[in-house]
Amino acid sequence: MALPLQEPTLKREGELRAAFWEQLESIPGGDKIQNCIQCGTCTGSCPISPWMDITPREAVALFRAGHLEDILHSHTIWLCASCYTCRVRCPSGIMVTDLLYALKRLAMKKKIFPRHFPVHALSETFINNLYKYGRNFELGLGIRYFLRTNATKMITNAGFGFGMMMRGRMALTPKAIKKVREVRAIIDRAQKAKEV
Amino acid sequence: MNYAYYPGCSLEYTGKPYDKSVRAVFAGLGIGLQEIEDWNCCGATFYMSTNKLVGYAVSARNLAIAQKMGYDICAPCSSCYTILRKTNRHFAWNIKARPVINDALAAVNLSYNGKVDVRHPLDILVNDVGIERILDVAPFRFDGLAIAPYYGCQIVRPVYHFDDLEEPMTMDRLFTALGAKVVYYPGKVRCCGGMLMTTQEEVGLDLNHELIRDAEENGAEVIATACPMCQMNLEGYQPQINKRYGEKHHIPIIYFTQLVGLALGIKPKTLGLDTLLIRPADYKLKPKAVEVAV
Repeated sequence: MALPLQEPTLKREGELRAAFWEQLESIPGGDKIQNCIQCGTCTGSCPISPWMDITPREAVALFRAGHLEDILHSHTIWLCASCYTCRVRCPSGIMVTDLLYALKRLAMKKKIFPRHFPVHALSETFINNLYKYGRNFELGLGIRYFLRTNATKMITNAGFGFGMMMRGRMALTPKAIKKVREVRAIIDRAQKAKEV
Repeated sequence: MNYAYYPGCSLEYTGKPYDKSVRAVFAGLGIGLQEIEDWNCCGATFYMSTNKLVGYAVSARNLAIAQKMGYDICAPCSSCYTILRKTNRHFAWNIKARPVINDALAAVNLSYNGKVDVRHPLDILVNDVGIERILDVAPFRFDGLAIAPYYGCQIVRPVYHFDDLEEPMTMDRLFTALGAKVVYYPGKVRCCGGMLMTTQEEVGLDLNHELIRDAEENGAEVIATACPMCQMNLEGYQPQINKRYGEKHHIPIIYFTQLVGLALGIKPKTLGLDTLLIRPADYKLKPKAVEVAV
C-alpha cells in the first residue's frame, strides 16, 4: 500500500519527541519501549498488520530512530483495534497498544489525519454525543458519521439498521441521562487539568 | 451476593438481548443486581484516543456512585469492563491521575477511593456462583449442542484478571458442564475488529469472516459471545460477508447468558432470543434427570 507521505518537517521533530515522551510517561511502564529487541512478535501477532503500511515492530523502530513524523502519518495508528495481543505477547513487556494510542493522541493534537481514515470523525461525533446526552446514541452516531465521511455507505448499512430497529435494538431518538449536567461538569473540569 | 449493575450504552439497544438475559439469569440464580442510578457512558475507547484523563474522570463517576452503593460493579459489555478496570489501574498506579480525577469528581460532589472492583458476569457466574451451583439449579442440559466459545479481546486482555490471556477456558468449562459440546475454536480470542467495521469495512469483514469460517469448519452450530460489539459485528454483517466472499454463512451468535438462561429453563423471549437477527433454532434441551439416569 503506497502511502502519500509528507516531507518530514525536521524542525518539529524535537518538539514532537518531547510531546511524545510526555505521553509515554503517562502510561504505566511506558519507558519499557527502550527494551525492544525487534523480534517482531507484535507484528506476527497482530490480526490487522497485513493492512498496515508500517507494522507495529517498525513503528517502535522508527520511533527510536527519531522518525516520529512517519508514524504519525501512517495508517497504523488508525487501524489498531486495540485487541492487546501484541502487548500480552511482547517478551520485553512493551505496551505496544498503549504506545499506538499515545501516538494517535499526538496525531490528533497535531491535526495529522491521513485521508480515507475517518476514525477521528467517529471519535469526535461520539464525544459530542457523550457531552450532550451522557450516553452514546447509536443511530445518531452512525448517521452523522456517514454524512461526514461517505454518505453512500448509509444505504448499504440501512438494511442492518432496519433489522435492528424492527427488533427494538435501535433507538430512534436520543435519551439524555437525568444528571447530564454532572457529566458535563466533570468533562469541563477535567479538560482544564493538564493531560497526565 | 449483590452487585452494582453497569449495563453500558450498547446494552440499552443493540445489546438488548444481552441485558435481558443477564438480568434474567442473575434473578434465576438469586444474585442481587442493582442498576447504578443514572449511570453515564464509560467513554469507551474514544476518550482513550483523544484525551485520556477526561475519559478516566467520566468513567470514574460510575465507580464513585457504585462506591456509595457499597457493591462491586458487574459490567457485561467488554469495552466498559476494560475501560472501568483501566480507570481503576490508573487511579492506583498513575500518581498524577488520582488528584485530577477526584478534583473533576468534586465538581459534582463525588469522590472515589479506588476500591470498587469491576467484574464481568462470566467471571461472577463461574467463580462467585460456581458451576456446581448452576448445575444444581438448572433443570435442563444441552443435548450435545456444538458451541464455539468466543471470548473476544477485552475481557481477557490486557491484564490477567479471571482467565488466561490467550487460552481462556471459563466458557468452555461452563458449557461442557451444561451438556454442550464445546468445539475446538482457535479464534476464541482473535479480534473482531470492533469499530473497524464502521471505519474500515474491508478489514472488519475479513476479520469476522475468519471467525465465522473458523467456527463453522470446526462444526459449531452456534457461536457464544460475551461482548455486544462482537455480537453485533458477527451477526449483523453476515449478509455482507456472504456477498463479499460468495459464501452462505448463517450461524446464530448468542450471548453466553442466553445459553445459561435456557438451561435454567427461562423462556426464550425473556432472554431476548426473539430479538436476534439470526434466530436460533429451538435447541434440544433435555431434563437433568435424564442425564443422571444415563
